[in-house]
Amino acid sequence: MFDSVLKFKRPYSKEVLGMRVTNFLVIIAVLFSFTVMADAGTLENVKARGKLNCIVSSGLAGFASPDEKGNWQGFDVDFCRAVAAAVLGSGDKVKFVPTTNKTRFTQLNAGEGDILFRNTTETLSRDADLKLTFLPVNYYDGQGFLIRKSLGVTSATQLAGASVCIQTGTTTELNLADYFRANKMKYEPVNTETNEESIVAYESKRCDVYTTDASALASTRAALKKPSEHVILPEIISKEPLGGAVRHGDDRWADIGKWVVNALIIAEEMGITQKNIKELAKKPGNNPGMNRFLGTEGSMGEMLGLDKKWAVNAISAVGNYGEIFERHLGPKTPLALERGLNASWKAGGILYAAPIR
Amino acid sequence: MDPKVSLSRLWRDEHSRSVIIQVLAVVLIFGLFAYLVRNAIVNLEAIGKGFSFGYLQEPASYDINQHLIEYTSRSTHFRAMLVGILNTLLVAVSGIVLATVLGFSLGVLRLSKNLLANKLAHIYIDYVRNVPVLLHILLVYGIIVNTLPVPREAQSLGDIAFLTNRGFFLPKPIFEPLFLVILGLFTAGIVFTIWFRRYAADIQRKTGEHYPVFWISLGAILGIPFVSYFLIGGPITFEIPALTGFNFSGGMVIRPEFTALWIALSLYTAAFIAEIVRAGIISVNYGQTEASLALGINHGRTLNLVVIPQALRVIVPPLTSQYLNLAKNSSLAIAIGYMDIVATIGGITLNQTGREMECMIIVLLLYLSLSLLISFAMNIYNKRIRLVER
Ligand SMILES: N[C@@H](CCC(=O)N[C@@H](CS)C(=O)NCC(=O)O)C(=O)O
Repeated sequence: MFDSVLKFKRPYSKEVLGMRVTNFLVIIAVLFSFTVMADAGTLENVKARGKLNCIVSSGLAGFASPDEKGNWQGFDVDFCRAVAAAVLGSGDKVKFVPTTNKTRFTQLNAGEGDILFRNTTETLSRDADLKLTFLPVNYYDGQGFLIRKSLGVTSATQLAGASVCIQTGTTTELNLADYFRANKMKYEPVNTETNEESIVAYESKRCDVYTTDASALASTRAALKKPSEHVILPEIISKEPLGGAVRHGDDRWADIGKWVVNALIIAEEMGITQKNIKELAKKPGNNPGMNRFLGTEGSMGEMLGLDKKWAVNAISAVGNYGEIFERHLGPKTPLALERGLNASWKAGGILYAAPIR
Repeated sequence: MDPKVSLSRLWRDEHSRSVIIQVLAVVLIFGLFAYLVRNAIVNLEAIGKGFSFGYLQEPASYDINQHLIEYTSRSTHFRAMLVGILNTLLVAVSGIVLATVLGFSLGVLRLSKNLLANKLAHIYIDYVRNVPVLLHILLVYGIIVNTLPVPREAQSLGDIAFLTNRGFFLPKPIFEPLFLVILGLFTAGIVFTIWFRRYAADIQRKTGEHYPVFWISLGAILGIPFVSYFLIGGPITFEIPALTGFNFSGGMVIRPEFTALWIALSLYTAAFIAEIVRAGIISVNYGQTEASLALGINHGRTLNLVVIPQALRVIVPPLTSQYLNLAKNSSLAIAIGYMDIVATIGGITLNQTGREMECMIIVLLLYLSLSLLISFAMNIYNKRIRLVER
């Protein structure tokens, strides 16, 4: 034993090299093992686990952030809860998986979440190349700019030469590059990983402008020390249809996600709310569409592989789309967002869900 | 002989046992590796993702604020990767240089008989070594971004350079064709010095006469080009940065992300290098110094010819691993948005293309090459300063 230590020659370089190679192998092993996924259907997995793993953002007030008690709150969070309620019967059976923009898709594809609701824009490449199946859009958004009033800028076309804070791994950074290029303006991108870091950079004036989805800008502005000193410029430079997503390859699970989102939108159209749903669901009424929704007629739930009461459970847990919006984003919240495009098609918006029949 | 006996004998024999263990280990590691590779490929295929590097030729579509080579959002992902590599190299090399200078100075201070200098160096080293490097990076970045003025209120240095929280704006040298002459003289100076050092050593061996090699080399490499620069009318002009709108334009800029990473990595690694240097110098027996002084060799030459060469032998191997640490720690750049390898190919490209496996393999190989390159260079140096037995 000691003998071999004593007689040990010292070929320094080879030892170091050997160590590096082993380190490398270990890293590769970890990397590969993270693609080892469970193969049963997602629905079965979720039921067996008794909990839905839902990928949300790491903290964006109004969309997904933990409150003082550590309970997750927000628009995206409620969509997670609705799915959990539809599948497992309770909106509390969710484990929230906070992610950055950069890690969200990797985590979804690696099986660390069953579903994603995370301010995520549906795009062709994310669908076809990143292999995501998008659920119906739950928020029609667009990219805007937040800037200090004192800089006297009134339009995005006056931003030539500015330093712009963006988050990496977003459609935002791509739109920004395209927009400035198309308008023949130069700018300095200042990259951050999260909304939190962007705000820090913006407040310390490392950047002049912060650009991201207009809804997130409203949330950010509300969280700044003096919101009234900042404006959101009038230009919206992109389409950002935000929606939930699941992995490619499990159509049944994608259907469930899709119809839960549709159900929340349809409930608003039909005037079904968190308050009146218990009463309505007691017995079949004389509106067949409503009966199908409430599971008092037909077998919609079974077709999805869920309980008859799937939609009732979802609405009982979080209310209809309008209620979710009012609670987290509407005029009574610090974000004070208008429904705008996100009003039901019956109220002048473009929210239009396929029928449950 | 019964095979059982010979097997157990094989096991009892120290040499053959170690061979068996090593073979088993290799088989196991490769088995595991093959299993994981297969698993990854099967899983990737299951979700319809092939394994291909074709995406490197597509336009990257994102902008990078610090690029040492021409780059726009229309350049390819491959070029974005090159930008990332150069940014990593820039911070690693400048970090290694600064950490070495600081580290050697601190190491010498730690041996100083001046109590104040000694204690200050001691406190510095203990503080720095015991705080994670990430915190140093965030701290330096925070200080730069929060204490320096915004461009409109920039701290002007003689109206040619400006200090702001967006970076340090400097005049940019523009080289005119005549500058090639200076470059030529500089190269000639280096060639001359190499020859002259050998010549001087030769003369000294033969006659014992001693030339001031250092001063003559300095004159040849820097002095002559410096004087000629003015003689031929200063063939460099400077582009001075100027405030236009939100920011300075023209000139050169050293961004706060680079500065913070560079300073923090250097300060951190310097503390470790200082301890290595101190240990190296202490390891040279004082008797050696005494002997040298007794022979009438002066203090400076004793240090240069007796102490340092022997100390270096102890210093260089652990120094190499500090350099490796510094190079790898530069990947913490991500925390402050410095656009290095991890942020470009391993970050934005990975995320926008969804090619996790391919991008991570590239990143791993790049760091591996960088580390091997440093080890290689340091090994050559180590061989050169090795004890020459006569
Ligand atoms: N919709 C864009 C941008 C998404 C995005 O940047 N989201 C940010 C702000 S809008 C966010 O959720 N940040 C919260 C966090 O950093 O965790 C996309 O899908 O790429």
